[in-house]
Amino acid sequence: MNRIGVFVCHCGTNIASTVDVKAVAEALSHERGVVISQDYQYMCSESGQNLVKNAIKEHNLTGVVICSCSPRMHENTFRKACSEAGLNPYLVEIANIREQCSWIHKDITTATEKAVILGRTAIAKVTLNTPLTSMESPVVKRALVIGGGIAGIQSALDIAEAGFEVDIVEKEPTIGGKMAQIDKTFPTLDCAACILTPKMVEASQNENINIYSFSEVSDVKGFVGNFTVKIKRKARYVDETKCTGCGLCTEKCPMKKVPNEFNAGLDNRTAIYIPFAQAVPKIATIDPNYCMMLKNGKCGVCSKVCTAGAVDYKQKDEFIEKKYGAIVVATGYNPISPEKFDEYAYSQCPDVVTSLELERLMNAAGPNGGTLLRPSDKKHPEKIVFIQCVGSRCDDDRGKPYCSKICCMYTAKHAMLIREKYPDTEVYVFYIDVRTPGKNFDEFYRRAVEQYNVHYIKGMVGKVTPKANGKIEVQGSDMLADEQLRIDADLVVLAMAIEPDKSARPLATMLTTQMDTNDFFTEAHPKLRPVESATAGIFLSGVCQGPKDIPETVAQASAAAAKAIGLLCKNSITCNPCVAHSDELMCNGCSACEKVCPYGAITYENKEFRMPDRTVAVRRVASVNPAVCQGCGACTVACPSGAMDLNGFSNSQIMAEVDAICK
Amino acid sequence: MKNFTYYPGCTLRTKAKELDRCARVCAEILGINLEEPADWQCCGGAYTTAKDEIATKLSAVRVLNSAKEAGNPLITVCSACHNVIKQTNYDISHDDEMCGKVNRYLGLSENYSGETIVYHYLEMLRDVIGFENLAKQVKKPLKGVKIAPYYGCLLLRPKKALAMDDPENPSIMENFIKAIGGTPVVYAQRNECCGAYTIFEDKNQAVERSAKIAESAREMGADMIITACPLCMYNLKKNSGCDIPVRYFTEVLAEALGVEEVGNEQ
Repeated sequence: MNRIGVFVCHCGTNIASTVDVKAVAEALSHERGVVISQDYQYMCSESGQNLVKNAIKEHNLTGVVICSCSPRMHENTFRKACSEAGLNPYLVEIANIREQCSWIHKDITTATEKAVILGRTAIAKVTLNTPLTSMESPVVKRALVIGGGIAGIQSALDIAEAGFEVDIVEKEPTIGGKMAQIDKTFPTLDCAACILTPKMVEASQNENINIYSFSEVSDVKGFVGNFTVKIKRKARYVDETKCTGCGLCTEKCPMKKVPNEFNAGLDNRTAIYIPFAQAVPKIATIDPNYCMMLKNGKCGVCSKVCTAGAVDYKQKDEFIEKKYGAIVVATGYNPISPEKFDEYAYSQCPDVVTSLELERLMNAAGPNGGTLLRPSDKKHPEKIVFIQCVGSRCDDDRGKPYCSKICCMYTAKHAMLIREKYPDTEVYVFYIDVRTPGKNFDEFYRRAVEQYNVHYIKGMVGKVTPKANGKIEVQGSDMLADEQLRIDADLVVLAMAIEPDKSARPLATMLTTQMDTNDFFTEAHPKLRPVESATAGIFLSGVCQGPKDIPETVAQASAAAAKAIGLLCKNSITCNPCVAHSDELMCNGCSACEKVCPYGAITYENKEFRMPDRTVAVRRVASVNPAVCQGCGACTVACPSGAMDLNGFSNSQIMAEVDAICK
Repeated sequence: MKNFTYYPGCTLRTKAKELDRCARVCAEILGINLEEPADWQCCGGAYTTAKDEIATKLSAVRVLNSAKEAGNPLITVCSACHNVIKQTNYDISHDDEMCGKVNRYLGLSENYSGETIVYHYLEMLRDVIGFENLAKQVKKPLKGVKIAPYYGCLLLRPKKALAMDDPENPSIMENFIKAIGGTPVVYAQRNECCGAYTIFEDKNQAVERSAKIAESAREMGADMIITACPLCMYNLKKNSGCDIPVRYFTEVLAEALGVEEVGNEQ
């Protein structure tokens, strides 16, 4: 026999001004099974909760319906209150008469009628609720950080500092990421390498951190607290345990015409290489696409000169499998390719460069040793034009709809550095808007304009035409002066939009996390849970979640680490009991549920069943891992035989709700 | 033999006879049968983007419909005709209101709603014949000739409706030049406007624009410019102030295929 209590909240005037709460309480008191129906000004307040608690005891309630705000707000509050009064917390239902009723209706009669229906629906459901108990699942006390840029390094250092083991998986031969390629950082103009490389060394020396460089995540199984990850250690053809990083092999390698990624392809490296002087780990790697020994078996110079005997042409990709409690994603970004924007003549002229290329052109370790020279004729450029928003804030399919956020500031930085070092150079910047929100950012930009006399022009460039005399004609509009400008430049710099690294999309599939249409990882809540993904145990660090600069990246990396540490500190975690389960007698083994499950929670096994005639039959049936299941309910809809059901949201409960609405 | 409905357009009957003649001769050599509909009219010359402007688009719909009735794809040569016909076809298949209006006005026996596939002659060479196969049929390759392709503004834009190539970094004409044995010259002004009809109102504008294009091609070392557009041809020849030869792409195609006495349209 059901004994249900109904509690209607006024929420001050939030509900009471459009819903006649007393009428709702009165109407619901006549529903079957309802033994008490009350209204109160603030049900979530201490005295409101006491009202519920006392009613549970007094009337020996078997179910509670709270007609109030969204369950996202106070479901937990009321579950806790009921639990304290001795009622199973899953015997509470919330009828949302605020967000879904009072806030969206104006007419009191209609809103009151709807509130009654919503309350009746919740009563129909709670009648069928069953007590549920949360399970516990153990936590592996080790974290995985995917990506070894500044975001990954910072997250790993913080987790290691808290005393947990961390593995960094980095696809390149060295950690460091994009920041290692950058010359100076805004707004303080300190040298990127000087602040990054000590962190790289710290990561490599921390005994809790283990770096898998030149490696990729190839498979992820499991769930929060207990992930099993397969890592592919790509063959670098050099024994990591023997190589001392002396660099002799890279000096002697005869294959010297390989485009150097670290210098944005502006110069060449050898087939066996160490990406840059401060690489971590400082171990040589052979590029199989160019190594003559690996391609046609002729050469072997590096092997001969290596005193440590580290070169191994027969090395193969290896796979290792490890368990982790938490995963931090820090896969970073890349600038988009300028090829679709050839009105800026990037493919036609070597003196049209991207901003990242300019970083290398200006870097002391870059192709020109830090002297800014044009790529075509190695002459000093006297007039430089910067074009901002190339592919950012773009309204067609060539670029990205979003603002890349970092370009305004690094362009101001480039302009300022050039004017500082080469005061005879004229610098122009074409912009749509200059966006400088950030500590000391606008002051920085204004310094570029006022102190360094950089010519900022509001307007876009329509055409860049390389000319036979080596000049590059830039045609653009000055929207403030309302005139067309033609500037004969020596160097044109394109601030390309940034996009998530290509490895992010397949990784998201492996992790069963969500991405937006631009392939940025989606956070669990855009404001209140910005460093967690919607999948438990997966945390987001750096640009993989959205464009951001170095200080923001580091802040987010530490935040993600804090969340991961919070998880790793626990010995076990409480699982949500509202998970799916399969009725094995009804399951026909069709796999429909397994295919739709976004979390990989469903597996199939062959089980023995006793048949009515006392024989034993083996049947393939679905089984749900309750620790992985997030209770989304996709499987219950997909299941053709009705074997799948969701605790707390069973098929019969939902049908009862529909019936109550239609009554 | 593959059949196409062929829309020459009125300029090809007057100023640009050689563009038309070479297109026909080459098609025959390449095994393409061009069928000219009996009752075609001028395409209207420039596509109007006004949504309520229906009258100027009707002649394009008529020719599209006659290709549909013949069961052929439609082929065009002139950049402007191509632009008008393809945009009309795109809009009629994407805009129900316009489609309804046009059909109510024309009163065709069966409604036309964008069924015909439209090719520019260059697209036909690329997608139907294939540049590799074209290269095999070349008898007199234009060896060592540095040819600057001039796309102009109408041939590729707007990208969505014309769906032919990347308007900012195109390659179709460059690949065509390679197929007939020449050396393509890439220059920045290849997809800029020549000034077009402004020649009637503001001559300086057209003079300035076409001079820039011709000089840009010459600076990059081109021996000649090729185009598909009679109006571009006119501006580049008469108003650029540059003596670089300008020819129709069908003329150089005909030469490469060994056609005797290919004219040089003036």
